[in-house]
Amino acid sequence: MRTRRRGTRAVRLGTAGLALLALAAIAAPLLTSAHPDVPALEERLRPPGPGHPLGQDALGRDVLARILQGARISLLVGAVTVGASVAAGLTLGAAAGYAGGWLDAVVMRSIDLLLAFPGLLLAIALAAVLGPSVRNVVLALSLLGWTGYARLVRAEVAALRRREFVHAAEALGARPCRIIARHLLPLVTPTLLVQATFGMAGAIVAESSLSFLGLGAPPPLASWGAMIDEGRGFLLVAPHLTVFPGIALAATVLTLQLLGDGLRDLLDVQERP
Amino acid sequence: MLRRVLRHVVLVVPTLLGVLTLVFAFLHLVPGDPVEIMLGESAAPSDVAALRHDLGLDRPLPAQYARFLVRVAHGDLGQSIAFRAPVTAVIGDRYPATLELAATAFLLALSLAIPLGVVAAARAGSMVDRLTRIASLAGACLPTFWLGPLLILGFSIGLGWLPVSGRGGVLHLVLPAVTLALGMLGVLVRLVRASMLEALGQDYVRTARAKGTPGWRVVTVHALRNALMPVATVAGLQAGALLAGAILTETIFAWPGLGRLVVEAISARDYPLVQGCVLTIGVSYVSVNLVTDLVYQAIDPRLRDAD
Repeated sequence: MRTRRRGTRAVRLGTAGLALLALAAIAAPLLTSAHPDVPALEERLRPPGPGHPLGQDALGRDVLARILQGARISLLVGAVTVGASVAAGLTLGAAAGYAGGWLDAVVMRSIDLLLAFPGLLLAIALAAVLGPSVRNVVLALSLLGWTGYARLVRAEVAALRRREFVHAAEALGARPCRIIARHLLPLVTPTLLVQATFGMAGAIVAESSLSFLGLGAPPPLASWGAMIDEGRGFLLVAPHLTVFPGIALAATVLTLQLLGDGLRDLLDVQERP
Repeated sequence: MLRRVLRHVVLVVPTLLGVLTLVFAFLHLVPGDPVEIMLGESAAPSDVAALRHDLGLDRPLPAQYARFLVRVAHGDLGQSIAFRAPVTAVIGDRYPATLELAATAFLLALSLAIPLGVVAAARAGSMVDRLTRIASLAGACLPTFWLGPLLILGFSIGLGWLPVSGRGGVLHLVLPAVTLALGMLGVLVRLVRASMLEALGQDYVRTARAKGTPGWRVVTVHALRNALMPVATVAGLQAGALLAGAILTETIFAWPGLGRLVVEAISARDYPLVQGCVLTIGVSYVSVNLVTDLVYQAIDPRLRDAD
């Protein structure tokens, strides 16, 4: 009971934080009149002050406007990556778990292979060969991200597959696709939802990591990772260039972690190490 | 024991073959002609042809794959274009620095995570527990590439206690190791705490308490030993991930290791070197996971007996 109450509070807090961030990203032009890409060289490296509440960067661009543009990129990459990964993971995991046999073996060996590398390393290698762009970041992260969801769905579906209600549906002539979609997926959804929330936090950090290494959104697009990297060169004279994008990134990840923790408590999903 | 180790080693072979296949495919995923990308548009046709021949790209795909496997088996990962030296030699120069950093970060994270997690679980709900949970959540949420510059700002630029970057004595190791360790620390503290809470609720703990065993002994001897089982698995996975995490940390602190080498190789479009680095980190990761499996079997009598 106490866990559920704590979960409800965390879900409310996390949802409010995420909604606020999404709103700020969408309504960016209303929050600041400055354009994120327009330089003002005579005002470069200015600290926070009137007109530029979070200061200006090495080219005199408004840091707040760029952080809000970065929020759009982060949320977009996070949402699309998780959407694509869940769709692929769900399809392959459900098919492998339900059908078993060679399909299961192929899917599981593919997952084992992709998990044989640290995720970030493969994302870096893929982004490096595909070239720096937001689309390629989403592609690289989705190509690696589906494995976690597929493993989870496969395990749940394979366990549920032997239950009586599935045998009853089969006896009544229901096709496998219908059984999976109507009877099994609703039972898998809570676990998947929790995993997807943590996955979105992971995708946002991975996108920022790639941008930090120059493999993410190309300039002049503002990504939080790239902003932190640009700011490193001016730590002594303009620490605000590093501090503010980092706060935005950490706050977003914290919000998603809170939401994931809350959903796990609320939906009574078992934690998997 | 030897049979068990051998069986695990044999089971790793298909994974290693998969890793090699992925690394081989890497060069073929490059959009366009990788040789022209590496040498630039102004390269002489004879240089292009020579590099294409050296990389084996002028042969049929199966022949290229077979040649790649044979060369790797002989420890030949090709020539680095940027360094004009064998890839294995370049990697061999940098690998010890990464191992030094990753091992220090691993030991640091583990030596802090276990006592913090145990204290938090033994005093669940207390102020210490709350602070530990907040700190571990923060540790898990703070990206290393942000934390690193902040630590430089505070301890190197602000206080002047530690060097900003580079590799040298112990002082040079402090900031990179702490940066790399903090992410792992956040995950491990949460896990140690959860495992300890579960262990402390077990019947054997209640029995030990009923028999009058001192509280500290119940926690450190009876509960901790069992609570560390899942921690060993996750710590092993995290140790492997440290090798990839080192890419960011080494870039921040100009640490001359394998991670920084990957970034340098990517910038220089030195694909043989990128392939070599990815292969080395991949094989290291698989090896760490193998060792984790063996350690886990050694410390869990149920798995040992099942063998």
